[in-house]
Parts: sequence; C-alpha cells; structure tokens
Amino acid sequence: MKSKSIAPCVCLALAVVASAGLHAQVSNERILRAADEPHNWLTYNGGYASQRYSLLDKITPSNVVNLESKWVLQNEVFGAWQSNPIVVDGIMYITQRPNDVMAVDAVTGRVFWQFRHTPSPDARVCCGANNRGVAILGDTLYMGTLDARLIALDARSGRPLWNIAVADVKLAYSITMAPLVIKDKVVVGVGGGEFGIRGFVAAYNAKTGKEAWRFYTIPGPGEPGHDTWNGTDWEHGGAPVWITGSYDPELNLTYWGVGNPGPDWNADQRPGDNLYSDSVIALDADTGTLKWHFQFTPNDGYDYDSVQVPVLADMNWQGKPAKLMLWANRNGFFYVLDRVTGKFLSGTPYVKVNWASGLDANGRPIQTPQPEGSPTWPGNQGGTNWYPPAYSPRTGLFYFAAWDNYGSIYRKEESQYKPGQLFLGGGFTVVAPVAGAPTVGIGRRSPINNWTNEVGNGVVMAIDPQTGQAKWKFPQFDVSDSGMLTTASDLLFTGGREGYFHALDARTGQLLWKAALGGQIVMAPVTFEVDGKQYVSVISGHTLVTFGLR
Amino acid sequence: MRSCQWLARLMFCGLAVLAVTRADLGAQLQDHQYSSTDIGTGLRLYSAQCALCHGPNGDLVAGVNLRRGQFRRPLSDDDLRRVIATGVPGTPMPAFKLQSSELDGLVAFIRAGFDLGGTAIKVGDAARGKPLFEGKGACGTCHRVNAMGPRVAPDLSDIGVTRSPAQLYRTVTDPNGSMLPINRPVRAVTRDGRTIRGRRLNEDTYTVQIIDEQERLVSLAKADLREYELGKTSPMPSVSKTFTSDEIAHLLAYLLSLRGL
Repeated sequence: MKSKSIAPCVCLALAVVASAGLHAQVSNERILRAADEPHNWLTYNGGYASQRYSLLDKITPSNVVNLESKWVLQNEVFGAWQSNPIVVDGIMYITQRPNDVMAVDAVTGRVFWQFRHTPSPDARVCCGANNRGVAILGDTLYMGTLDARLIALDARSGRPLWNIAVADVKLAYSITMAPLVIKDKVVVGVGGGEFGIRGFVAAYNAKTGKEAWRFYTIPGPGEPGHDTWNGTDWEHGGAPVWITGSYDPELNLTYWGVGNPGPDWNADQRPGDNLYSDSVIALDADTGTLKWHFQFTPNDGYDYDSVQVPVLADMNWQGKPAKLMLWANRNGFFYVLDRVTGKFLSGTPYVKVNWASGLDANGRPIQTPQPEGSPTWPGNQGGTNWYPPAYSPRTGLFYFAAWDNYGSIYRKEESQYKPGQLFLGGGFTVVAPVAGAPTVGIGRRSPINNWTNEVGNGVVMAIDPQTGQAKWKFPQFDVSDSGMLTTASDLLFTGGREGYFHALDARTGQLLWKAALGGQIVMAPVTFEVDGKQYVSVISGHTLVTFGLR
Repeated sequence: MRSCQWLARLMFCGLAVLAVTRADLGAQLQDHQYSSTDIGTGLRLYSAQCALCHGPNGDLVAGVNLRRGQFRRPLSDDDLRRVIATGVPGTPMPAFKLQSSELDGLVAFIRAGFDLGGTAIKVGDAARGKPLFEGKGACGTCHRVNAMGPRVAPDLSDIGVTRSPAQLYRTVTDPNGSMLPINRPVRAVTRDGRTIRGRRLNEDTYTVQIIDEQERLVSLAKADLREYELGKTSPMPSVSKTFTSDEIAHLLAYLLSLRGL
C-alpha cells in the first residue's frame, strides 16, 4: 500500500520537474529559431535579426479596438522606465532602475521574485540611470549594471550565480544595454561616451563569466585605424556601445552600433576620422575579430551616436537576393548596407539635413559645417536615436521614430580630459522661434508641452528600403522616443512622449486604435502569447501595461 | 543618476544663457543696455573682489544668486551700485571703493548673467514701474498679478522668477517676435459651427487645452474641429514708441520684482 501510494507522487514530481526544466531552458537552438516560437520574446529585439516583427496574428486590424488592459505593474523607482521585457514560456523578466530584475507572471502581472543590485556610488552616466533589460541562456539571466558589472542570475530564484567587473567604474564606464547571448557567450558593450572612456564590446563565458574576447572600438597603436586619431586622443576618445547588437548565424557575424567620439562637440580637438566612432562594426562572434566596418559620421562634432539597432533583412536588391542591413541613423540619413561585406548600397536623408550636402559613392558624407551660431539639422538628439526600429518582411517597410523640424546650434570649446569627469568640448542650444523659449531635451519634463511642435515634432516613419523614401508618415505633436513593434497581422504598435499608445495599420499608417496611458513611452512594446491568447506589453511612465483582447 | 541631472542642468543652463546671448536685440537697444566693455570690466572686478565670497557662479551666499539675478529683495541697478559701494551692515558684505565706471561694470556683469557675450539690460526702480504698469501701459487690462486682473493674457505674478531682464525687454518692445509659442492665440471652429477663441495652454497630437475669452478652461478634441488656427500676432502692444528709455527700465524693474506669493 505504502509503495503504491508513493510511486505516483514520485512520478508526478518528476514529471513536474521535467516539464518545468524543459520549459525554462532556453537553448541556443531556441534563440536561433526564435521565430518558430512567436509566443515568446526571447531577446531584446525579439530575435537575432532585430526586426521586432512577430508572427503572432490573433490581434488584427479589425479586432484591435477590442484591446483592453489586463494587468499593470508599477515601477517602484523614480525616473524614465526604459526597460525592454523578455518573455519565456509565460514568465516575463523585466528590469527597473537602477539594476533590479523581476520575474513576473505574464498573465497576471504578479511577481515571483526580485533581485536588487545597488550600483557603486562611483557610477556615473550622462543621461539617465537606465537599464534596458536582460538576456537569457539556459536557466540563467544576464544583466549589465550602471557600475559596469555583468551579473548572472538563476532565472527561477533570482539568486546571483556570478558577478564580474567589465570595466572600471571610476573611469565612468557603465552598462545600460541588455546583453546579447551568442552560442556559449554573453556579449555586452559599455557606455561612457561623455566621460572620455575607450569603448569596447566584450564576450564572456556564459557559465563562468570569464572574458572570451574584447574588441576595442578605438584601435590601439599598431592596429588598423589607429592613424585616424591624433597623439593620445585614442586613449579617451569615447566610442561607446550602449545598445544591443544583432547576429547573423550564417555569417557568424555580430553587428554593433558605436557611439560618438569624445569630447562630443569639439571635433577640432581630435582631428581625423576617429574610427570606429559613429560606425557599425561586424565582428566574428567566436573571436571578436573585426570583419568590416562602415563609418556613418567621420570626425563627428554633433553627437551623432550610431547606437541604433542593426536591423538585418533578406530581400531582393537590384533584382538579386541580398543580405542587407537597414539603418536609420541619428545623423539624418537612412542607409542600406550589404551586411556580408559592409558595402554601402544607398543613403537618403529622411529629415532636414545640412551638416552634409550628401553622401559620396562610398557612403562617406560630404560635410558642410555650418557657420558658428547657425543651426545644424538634425539637432543634437538626432533625426532618430537609440529607439528600437522594426521591419516587416510582409510589408517590406522599415519603421522608426523620427524627430522632424529639430535643429541645434553648437558651440565648441577646448576640454581637458580628466579621468571619470565629463568630457564634452562645448555645448548646444536647440533652435527655437523665440530666444529663451522652452525646448525639447532628454525625456519629457512636464505634462504641459510649453515647447510645442515649433522646436520639433515626432513622426513615425515607414521607409521603403528600396527607394529610401517614406511610404507613409504618422506625425505627432511632441517628439517621440518610442520603439516599434510590428506583427504578421500588419499592425504597428508604438507610443511617444505624450503617453498615447497607438496601433497603426502597418501598410498605410492609419490610426486604428489608441490608449491614453499618461506617461511617456520611451521603449518599444513587445508581444507574446500564453494559453492561446496574444498580449502586448508597453511601458508608459512608471507603469508596464499588458493588453489583451476582450 | 546624479551626473545625469547635472548634465541636464548644465545643458538647460547653457540653453538659457545662450538664448539670451544670441537674442538679436541689435541696435534698437540703444541706451537700454550696458556695453560689452562694461561687462568685461565687471568680469575682471568680480573675479578679483567678489568671487571669494559669492563663488564663481554667484550662488554661494544664501538667498542670493547673482548670475540668475536673484536677490533677497528686488534691486534696481542703482540699488546694486549702492549695496556694492556701501556694503550691508551686519553682514560680511563690505563696502567697496570703486569708480562709477567700475560699479557700472559689476552691474553689467550681473545683469548679463555672468556671460561676456550676454546682454545686460538696464533695470530701473520697481516702485516707479508699478504705476506705469497699471496706468500708462494699461498692462492690467489683460494681465493678472497676484489674483488681481483678468486671465486673458498670461499671469505675471511670478514673471520675475521665470524671465531675465533681456527676455522681458524683448517682450515689451517686440511682443510679436517674442511671444512664446505656447501662448499663441487660438481660433477654433467646431464641426457644428461654433467658434472658440482663447489662449493656448497645452496641446498634444489629439487635443488642445485653452482658456477662452470668457476665462473658461476648455479642452478640444482636434477630431471635432473643422478649423484650427494659431495666431502669430500678439494682442499686446509694444511700448517701444510710447515709453521712454527710463520708463522701460522702471517697468522692467517692476516686472522683475514679481516673484510669486
């Protein structure tokens, strides 16, 4: 009797463990084939191609008006919530400022566990104590921290497994991006472009945290490209990497956008092209060896970081199948590159541009610096910025948030590098119709828009990569830092600083549905499915809202 | 996080200062402003004699921010000269024996917001400016101060905190060119033909909030409007032809004295 009663219990227990184990393990194979399980959102950008395109199609243009809030999760800390959740088999993993991680029931919003890392008081960041999310491999989560550490956590308990220093926090290195797992490595880049760091991307053994490779985004003495720097400028020339990259498994290349050179606004102080600042770099995923690079803005004096997400798309180019990279750059040009070789294929301005008169045959800008005191277009925050774009293979359109009618007047000054201190080389003002009028800045500061669209407005842009021209535009009164999400039902979800969450027709840009969430939306929405029901999550202000159909 | 706020503040300050710097006030300023030579003189004197106590940014003495033109009580240019020349009894502020041109220089440097390229507008006597505001200028016909007057134009109760002398000078002499975009007059016609006029308070992609001519707070959905126009012309007249230079200086002094309740 006894043995009979125990046996089923043991079997049941084993079955539960086995089942949970199977569900929780996120193998490399699963990440490679993320598109095969659209009910999950396995990486920062939804998959290695970073298209933010989901095959889920239960929410459609005809029923999207039936979306309703299913649950909300309130942030516990002050400041813009710029995190991107990942969702694995019904569990959402989300970070909040400064370096908290939560595991959340994706159906109810209830929290299973919370991990809190308190960054060193030495941590310094230019533009917000942000963390944009975690990566997962197997049963382990990975988070970079404001004090430039990389922490591995048990995904079921939230307990740390290892915690390593990626760079010296006292030199103002930081990590705000979500890492990217490739095979058995965790790849991460560092921020600090306003503090004179020497940027890099590095890969760490996912099990041990031991560094596997490191690629400096500023070449050292003897390395190709070092001669694009003068004297010792390379030692503190910035070139940070603070947005998650992409990966092409067929080519085994991983692509990363590189940020501005330092000091930011005084290009005269660092003569030369300043490689690989404002570039995309293609690295061998196993060794970190540079395969190719393409520099968007040589010797940048406008803070035109190229920290946009490299979007990988396969489509015909001039009649032949091609492996492309699509890139709306902060400098105001939309680029198409051959991602096998890095060859420039096309570049078209998508907003007013006057810092360059155009691009030459190799994609190098023909720079036209404006006289001192005159406006430069686009302005300091760029035609776009880090906000994740989307690409739909169904519509063939590339979607992103642009800032239109936004310019800056720059001023240069000599800056002396001091370790860990701001290293800016001048400043800028935003072009305004009236001297002293309020202007846009980093993040929305008030519920009253007293700067108005006269200093810039947001536009959701749908660009046809084949022509570089916008197929449609969806204008907003205020500028937008929101990312994009598109689906196989031809919906485009996005938000903006005004707190509206929009569902647009991805083919026409027509507004189909909106929700007034109140707080600024400064990250992209994600979608997932649990028990056959599709959900869309978006963060607005201090609240993560998850919508589903009525 | 702290550094972020610091940078944001730095940029904001940069914006404010530079905006004034680049204000194209031009020749029309004539005798309303101090010269760049005055400001340079003031910088040298300030660095040598004042910065020790007031600090490089003029903000080390409690309740005083020289760079931002904030004092414990409203001070005209003459008041400033007097304070510097005679000191403040009972406080560490000593009397400085300076030439008249040196006093002008220090006043100019303070009025220019510590910016060598800035514009230093002359500020007169607030007590003489108040009757000009209420009488000759008829400013109270539209503006409200400390709960007195209509709400048609922006409330000026704390205008001295939010605007610099140069901004206020530009506003009273060139109301059209200096109207803040948010204050633009609105004319809207609803789909059912109703015309609504007022002053814009806020706007977003789908709505606009105004205070209408009957001083009601009205929120309009743009989808419900047949017409929506923003005026570029300010209803406010310029004082440049009706006020003397001294009267403008006094009016500015009065406006700068309005610091809220």
